[in-house]
Amino acid sequence: MPTSSLVPGAIVDGFRVGTMLHAGGMANLWEVEREDIKTPLLMKVPIQDSSDPLTIVGFEMEQMILPLLQGNHVPKVFAMGEFAAQPYIVMERITGGSLLPKLDETPLPVEEIVAIGIKLAEALDDIHRQHVIHFDIKPSNVMLREDGEVVLIDFGLARHDKLPDLLAEEFRVPIGTAPYISPEQIKRRRNDPRSDLFALGVLLYYLLTGHRPFGYPRSDGALRRRLWRDPVPPRALNPTCPAFLQEIILRCLETDPEARHPTTAQLAFDLKHPEKVRLTTRAERQHRDPWFKALERWYKMRFAASPEAKTITQRLSQAPIVMVAVDVTEGTEKFADAQRNAVERVLATASTRQSGATSNMRLACVNVLKTNRIAPYDPLDDEGHNIHVLRLVALKEWARPLPLGTAELTIHVLESPDPAAALVDFATVNQVDQIIIGAGRDSVGGPYLGPVAARVAAEAPCTVTLVKARGTH
Amino acid sequence: MIPRPILIAFRNGYPVLTAIFADIHSNREAFDACLADARRRGAEHFAFLGDLVGYGADPGYVVDRVAEFREAGALVVQGNHDAAIAIPQENMNSYARAALDWTRDKLNAAQKDFLAGLPLTAESGETLFVHAEAYNPTHWTYISRASEAERSMRSTDKRVTISGHIHRPHLYHMTPHKPSSCFVPQADVPILLAKSHKWHAILGSVGQPRDEIPSAAYAIYDDRSALLTFQRAPYDIERAARKIKAAGLPAILSARLYIGR
Repeated sequence: MPTSSLVPGAIVDGFRVGTMLHAGGMANLWEVEREDIKTPLLMKVPIQDSSDPLTIVGFEMEQMILPLLQGNHVPKVFAMGEFAAQPYIVMERITGGSLLPKLDETPLPVEEIVAIGIKLAEALDDIHRQHVIHFDIKPSNVMLREDGEVVLIDFGLARHDKLPDLLAEEFRVPIGTAPYISPEQIKRRRNDPRSDLFALGVLLYYLLTGHRPFGYPRSDGALRRRLWRDPVPPRALNPTCPAFLQEIILRCLETDPEARHPTTAQLAFDLKHPEKVRLTTRAERQHRDPWFKALERWYKMRFAASPEAKTITQRLSQAPIVMVAVDVTEGTEKFADAQRNAVERVLATASTRQSGATSNMRLACVNVLKTNRIAPYDPLDDEGHNIHVLRLVALKEWARPLPLGTAELTIHVLESPDPAAALVDFATVNQVDQIIIGAGRDSVGGPYLGPVAARVAAEAPCTVTLVKARGTH
Repeated sequence: MIPRPILIAFRNGYPVLTAIFADIHSNREAFDACLADARRRGAEHFAFLGDLVGYGADPGYVVDRVAEFREAGALVVQGNHDAAIAIPQENMNSYARAALDWTRDKLNAAQKDFLAGLPLTAESGETLFVHAEAYNPTHWTYISRASEAERSMRSTDKRVTISGHIHRPHLYHMTPHKPSSCFVPQADVPILLAKSHKWHAILGSVGQPRDEIPSAAYAIYDDRSALLTFQRAPYDIERAARKIKAAGLPAILSARLYIGR
């Protein structure tokens, strides 16, 4: 059935066509329904007679990639047009709308921007772990579910690590949306998940300031400016922007992907722990770099070597988030050493996976201050010291001998009446890849698995390493 | 695994899956492992891209099994080793020739006739099956560059060509006005052979993989949805290698199975 005959009321492969939801340059979206499917649906149909070859190839890339993706952060695919006949994709219709209307409300409150950033980073982390880079993150491609979760749509420019990239071979021009496209995409490099981080940075900048950091370039020369010219710092446009947020946004907008957060999970981690963000000179900037610095970047860019090609999986495995649950109160020297050894082994593994022998690992040292469920919490001990602060100091001291190199360390003291639940919750919320936790000791000193360690091992969403000090019994 | 959304796309029921085997090379253990794997994944149709014999120790078994499959409707094309049973070829290396001389003695007249009578190409829908490439199937050209794949694709009207011969999985694709590109596929990922492109899929070898992965290689194709999935099946290499040794065939033919080179 050719596209032109799609009219409200028509039946296509069992789907009843409703109203047209959107007439786009590349594809039309129709509301459709089928009796046996309760989910709201839409049918995406490419414009067949388009003169732009990107229309067809982009649609085919989406047909290749979208059915391979799973989970809450992508629309669920229900059917695809039979290959020889009418091409279409029937997918879940996300009813919450896109981020586009938010652009009329800029500047948004900082809390809302942080919340959007977290949800978007989590969605990107999800697809990156499934070997896919989106390459076209912008407000109209970020949909919201009723519960606030972000759903990414339009995988027409996306790349799957394990599928041939028809776009790379087909087109000799940069592929992306001008305000959001990353410097490496402009250089036609389509293999770095951190390109999505750049676009995310552009989006947050826009929501925060009401301005696009690199404008809306219409020519190739204007597009390439971002390879060497830094944007106006957001705080210069919106003084309410806190230092941590400027730090995060400007880090996303770094020209060199190596200077950005290593993964979207680590970016989400920063957004969730504003007080732990390591502030650099980026955070305080009030002006753009002076011209000689921009010129220096331009010169460097001209003669820069191509970075080493890596798969998405390789990149992610070099930058895990590792959480070590440190029990500073119970710890004997011997046990503290054993746990540090376990962390060092993980650090060494993450380093050897990276050619430069440095690691992009993020290490979170976590301790739970057990609070009483009923009695009011007294922050001071018998001698009047703040217990929370004492714990922080003890954790720092525990971590001091670790050979961190370029790995990043944060220290967290959680307060909860249920330590196991607090640890599992921290690991879940922060996309932790591995937990290192002491197995616990009993009073006799024999082999033992403590109740906290046992529950963490059972309930954690990731790998759990149980540490025992050899010969303690 | 073919994802569920793709399966339910077909209103006429489930797609028809064809398991395709190239370069079995008398390796019974590898062939049986691939067959079992393909059946487990729902394959109901079968195609064989030649070089059923040569190198391995079970030529008779493989030829008989493939002949049964052809009786049941499978497509089978001839490879250079199959052709060399009747007409020895000069341009083969010494251990390939030694294995073929040995194989010739092991096959009965019916098995030899079967190999000699195989066609060079077979077609099904928009797909061409050939052992080496489509430009000149009797020359047994090794496709090692995109330009050679492009010449093959340009010489056929079929949108999809599926071949073997080089023992390493590769996937070439091109549009009418652009040169072809190469992709090295991984196992178990369904690849949509998009309509705007012509494709030339080279399967890895069942019986003697050379891409440094020792597991037997084959593929499953669903021609209604144009989904091609490269697959690997681990098999009892020790047993296959032991038989090659016991047959007195050149040592390299058993040794290379362990390392997939």
